[in-house]
Amino acid sequence: MTETLSGAQITIRLLERQGTRIVTGYPGGAILPIYDALGQSTVIRHVLARHEQGAGFIAQGMARATGEVGVCMASSGPGATNLLTAIADAKLDSIPLVAITGQVPKAMIGTDAFQEVDTYGLSIPITKHNFLVNSAEELLEIIPRAFEIAASGRPGPVLIDIPKDVQTQAIEIATWPEPGRAVPPPATDAAQIAEAAALINAAERPLLYLGGGVVHSGASASAVALAEKAGLPTVMTLMALGTMPVDHPLSLGMLGMHAARYTNLLLDECDLLIAIGARFDDRATGKVAAFCPQARIIHIDIDPAELDKIKNAHIGITADVQEALDQLLPAIVENGRKKWADRSIALKNQFPLAMPDADNPRSHFGLIRTVAACLDNEATIATDVGQHQMWVAQAYPLRRPRQWLTSGGLGTMGFGVPAAIGAALAEPQRTVVCFTGDGSILMNIQELVTAAEENVNLKIVLMNNAVLGLVHQQQTLFYGERLFASQFKGMPDFVKVAQAFGIAAIDLDAAPNPCAALMEAIARPGPCLIHASIDAEQKVYPMVPPGAANRDMIGA
Amino acid sequence: MNATNRNEQQALSRAVLEIDVNNHAGVMSHVVGLFSRRAYNVEGILVLPVGDGSRSRIWLLVNEDLRLAQMMKQVEKLEDVIALRRHNADHAVFQDLESFFQP
Repeated sequence: MTETLSGAQITIRLLERQGTRIVTGYPGGAILPIYDALGQSTVIRHVLARHEQGAGFIAQGMARATGEVGVCMASSGPGATNLLTAIADAKLDSIPLVAITGQVPKAMIGTDAFQEVDTYGLSIPITKHNFLVNSAEELLEIIPRAFEIAASGRPGPVLIDIPKDVQTQAIEIATWPEPGRAVPPPATDAAQIAEAAALINAAERPLLYLGGGVVHSGASASAVALAEKAGLPTVMTLMALGTMPVDHPLSLGMLGMHAARYTNLLLDECDLLIAIGARFDDRATGKVAAFCPQARIIHIDIDPAELDKIKNAHIGITADVQEALDQLLPAIVENGRKKWADRSIALKNQFPLAMPDADNPRSHFGLIRTVAACLDNEATIATDVGQHQMWVAQAYPLRRPRQWLTSGGLGTMGFGVPAAIGAALAEPQRTVVCFTGDGSILMNIQELVTAAEENVNLKIVLMNNAVLGLVHQQQTLFYGERLFASQFKGMPDFVKVAQAFGIAAIDLDAAPNPCAALMEAIARPGPCLIHASIDAEQKVYPMVPPGAANRDMIGA
Repeated sequence: MNATNRNEQQALSRAVLEIDVNNHAGVMSHVVGLFSRRAYNVEGILVLPVGDGSRSRIWLLVNEDLRLAQMMKQVEKLEDVIALRRHNADHAVFQDLESFFQP
């Protein structure tokens, strides 16, 4: 039995067959056939963002919270260019995303037609792969393949550019392809695992370095089990926060530029570094030549190009992290490594993370800790980018993988609100909190309407210091205190802004009891903006100056 | 062009990469984009379809550089790359073309 369907209908049917239930996007001329078909779907819900970048980050938020492939759509030209930032962000943090863009009809490609841009060319360097679809038949192969690529190995974004005439082309369909799924990872090399186990068993001062790949692989429990069995003090990258509960006795928290002093100092002393699903990012390593100078390195990653890219590994293993850990664990000799553990505790006591004023809910750390006290581990925590992001990374007690959504690699201001909306849409049973700043929130403020329209259970905690905090901090510390373009002269009334966009808002500054006001705002279902002024002179400390070795931290 | 003559250029350490790819309009951009974004100059490019034309073979002549191993891994990651082989600079493929590149 065959049916005759248009390319647009085929696209939507293939998305339905993939199991996609929410698509975010923004319509426009060149994608209207697909929107017309999407409007007829009884299975897929469309969430209308108010800017294509917002749509991209909403889809990312869904993907980050669940691990499933997120789907977003935009029209040609400005629709596609507006999506690019969210796609690039997904590439750097290895987030599975399928972005579908409309394109001008094939015959008009290359004529500088209205709203024509070379979406294919623009997206090459920021996608894992991309497609320009030539015919409706090709959709049957390309769409499942796009999902397969996005989800397989190291996840990433895939873009499908579909010319309008391909969307309207009708063809007969007799059979449907299987949905695209992650292909099984390549087999783990047992000999290399045995070598790695021998190196770990023989090490006196081994240290575990977990990256976002542990989250993507769903291997957090095994990573914690490895740490416990071998007595491994454990650092996490920004992307890996939550893989080991931060209050686990072996957790040293985040490493690198804004790590606690004891964390970076212990890294300096390790004789074996076991890097798992991490990529030796410059914010984590500081000056690479001075990173773990005495250590041999075991590096396990699904992406072979990450091995030996920044630092040569003594044992480099291309493998799925979960599979590698499954093989590694039985070969590890149980060892508490008392002397090394004692050294870790001594350093921690000597150089702890300073969290001044953490009991005062009107201080930056106090506000974060008070929000945490209102929530349990089921809450999802998103951030924007800036000082608030680093303070939350330092101070929030993250205890669950996928609890933490943050723009790590690209560091995109404007990420927070839409990503948090996506997380709330994907997992409506959870409370989602987005910590943001007065700079970041303005970069995608229009998505407050989307939050109102979708009535998501999202609490936006706006830490307002009236400056671009990290720029202000760097100008103060490294540019002779020449503050330029980092202090906002005009400041919107954010409470009124939120209310005007249709969501509840409170001002903690005016609340006689900020703890009670916070608790009430967080407990009330639906979206709410919580505004709190904080001190512009506060810095993110400690800090490794750009280009310096991690041991040369300044402040606190 | 600076003043190095052909012999001097030959004396520089070079490598020849042989890359089997799917033949479509975007594949060259994917491959050379990896080099251009790293400011890694490609000295020579030669591409022709192979067999029934569903695949092409790209020959690249590149300067040998500390980054070459990473470049090769990045090329191998491309979805449209089926195989990558590395040869020495004395490989015949570019030498036979010299007559087309007289000043």
